[in-house]
Amino acid sequence: MTATQTIGSAASPKGAAAPSPAADVAIDCRVEKIFYGNFLAVRDSHVPVQKGKITGFIGPSGCGKSTVLRSLNRMNDMITGFKLEGHVHFMGQDLYASYVDPVVVRRYIGMVFQQPNPFSMSIYDNVAFGLRLNRFKGNLDDKVEHALRRAALWDEVKDKLKASGLSLSGGQQQRLCIARAVATEPTVLLMDEPCSALDPIATRRVEQLMLELKDDYTIALVTHNMQQATRVADITAFFGVDISQGGRTGYLVEMGETKQIFEEPREQLTKQYIRGEFS
Amino acid sequence: MASNPFSAAAVAGAITQPPTGRDYLVDRSFRSLALVGAVLIIALMAYILYEIGGQAWPAISKYHIDFLTTSAWNVQDGVFGILPVIWGTLYSSLLALLIGGFFGLTVAIFLSQDFLPPRLAFVFRTIIEMLAAIPSVVFGLWGIFVVIPAIRPVANWLHESFGWIPFFSTSLSGPGLAPATIVLAIMILPTVAAISQDALNLVPYRTKEAAYGMGATRWEAILKVMVPTAAGGIFSAMVLGFGRALGETMALAMLIGNSNTISLSLFSPAKTLASLLASNFPEAGPIEVEALMYAALVLLLITLIVNIAGIGILQVTQRRISGKS
Repeated sequence: MTATQTIGSAASPKGAAAPSPAADVAIDCRVEKIFYGNFLAVRDSHVPVQKGKITGFIGPSGCGKSTVLRSLNRMNDMITGFKLEGHVHFMGQDLYASYVDPVVVRRYIGMVFQQPNPFSMSIYDNVAFGLRLNRFKGNLDDKVEHALRRAALWDEVKDKLKASGLSLSGGQQQRLCIARAVATEPTVLLMDEPCSALDPIATRRVEQLMLELKDDYTIALVTHNMQQATRVADITAFFGVDISQGGRTGYLVEMGETKQIFEEPREQLTKQYIRGEFS
Repeated sequence: MASNPFSAAAVAGAITQPPTGRDYLVDRSFRSLALVGAVLIIALMAYILYEIGGQAWPAISKYHIDFLTTSAWNVQDGVFGILPVIWGTLYSSLLALLIGGFFGLTVAIFLSQDFLPPRLAFVFRTIIEMLAAIPSVVFGLWGIFVVIPAIRPVANWLHESFGWIPFFSTSLSGPGLAPATIVLAIMILPTVAAISQDALNLVPYRTKEAAYGMGATRWEAILKVMVPTAAGGIFSAMVLGFGRALGETMALAMLIGNSNTISLSLFSPAKTLASLLASNFPEAGPIEVEALMYAALVLLLITLIVNIAGIGILQVTQRRISGKS
């Protein structure tokens, strides 16, 4: 548990030969290969996720952007046949080292999913869920209120905290999920197409929320929507699909400041994608 | 015949056509058939209640409510009371539900939460479901020749060492509540396990993902998220299992000892409504038959009430969970 003391110090990873990441990198993702069974899903994707910024992952379907995102908190471990070659460094540790329990990883790196997925319990219990898991001993009510305010949901639900989380609208449910994720104050928030099931107004609110949250959290965001990346992401990683080996293997094409990616992309493929020549 | 309001304006020889008269006929007949089926079921239920109620009527008007609150069953004197039998029915069923429900839910969790590879889980499930196909009388024989001898030493040791605890206050001489309950628990286990497993499988994958995404351990995810989310279905499984236990006849008639006693002791013999009917009907005279019909009516009403209450509770909780009130 010494990792908790080294937040922000970016200590060099234990026993790893990889160059120590720059101090402003929260998660240094160095994926060599990701397999599902025999299928090579992703290759060569070195994605440093910058501290205190929003890193957008964009690319056509099947480019592995979600797979890479989900390997950052070991959610992919739930899928049988998943195998990762490479390293993901976080707080000076390799997340894929044999002694690291994925359960612990997920407590430090929170996640918001594509479909709003509140638990079928009250709004209050949804937000308190993570706090209780972590055996939080302080004032639960305060933390719940704080998280709900952080997710810009407090005013809408403060009079019905006992109502089921599932009684809320889609956009509210997604903000509830964000509240649930930020309640335990993880250092990084992974968001896997958090707006894809939401209408434009709800999308705008969630985007606004991301911009507010980045003061306190590092955010990695997968989006299928290029406009969303330009609106919220500071840094954009563009993934492409390589069909030369027979399968569809995703890889990182280029990564840089969002402005640079969208205005002067270095790679031809990025240029074509930005122009909307394929999706 | 179907009318087509667009026929005048439609292009001649167009592909689009209204449904034919035959299509409408099939549609209508199917609907009436379904309606007839539904009405028949309700009518049958009402008829059974009416018929049993009618045959029980002489007894009802003779013994009134005393039938339910007294204990004697004396054919010579024409004195009938089924309080101990109601007690035995509810007590044995509740105990069976406690044991069978616990293990059924455990099995359901084990088979649905990725503890086993899917194929192996399927094999296990099939085997457990086959338990439901074993005839009741076979369970009864197994109880007599295997369960009773097996538990008797344990039961008598418990009685000698902890006899002051009401549950162990008598010794087990042969048939009794304990062996009956154990066999009954095994008989309801497949029902509880199968329906609970279906309920757990119906929990959306994204809910599971949310639980693990919060950093829950497998145990926390199952106990704090999966089981509560499936609680409605698991509750139905319990109600159905309880209903099955209430009505189980043959195995209980063979194992429970058929004695008119009210005792908390697990080793005391007892009697249930179903076993009373099964064992007394063959030799009953007309007056006893009336009393037995009254008992049958009580059993029918108990099972009806349990099921209706179960459905009611289920609907209330589901409405609360989904937030649509």
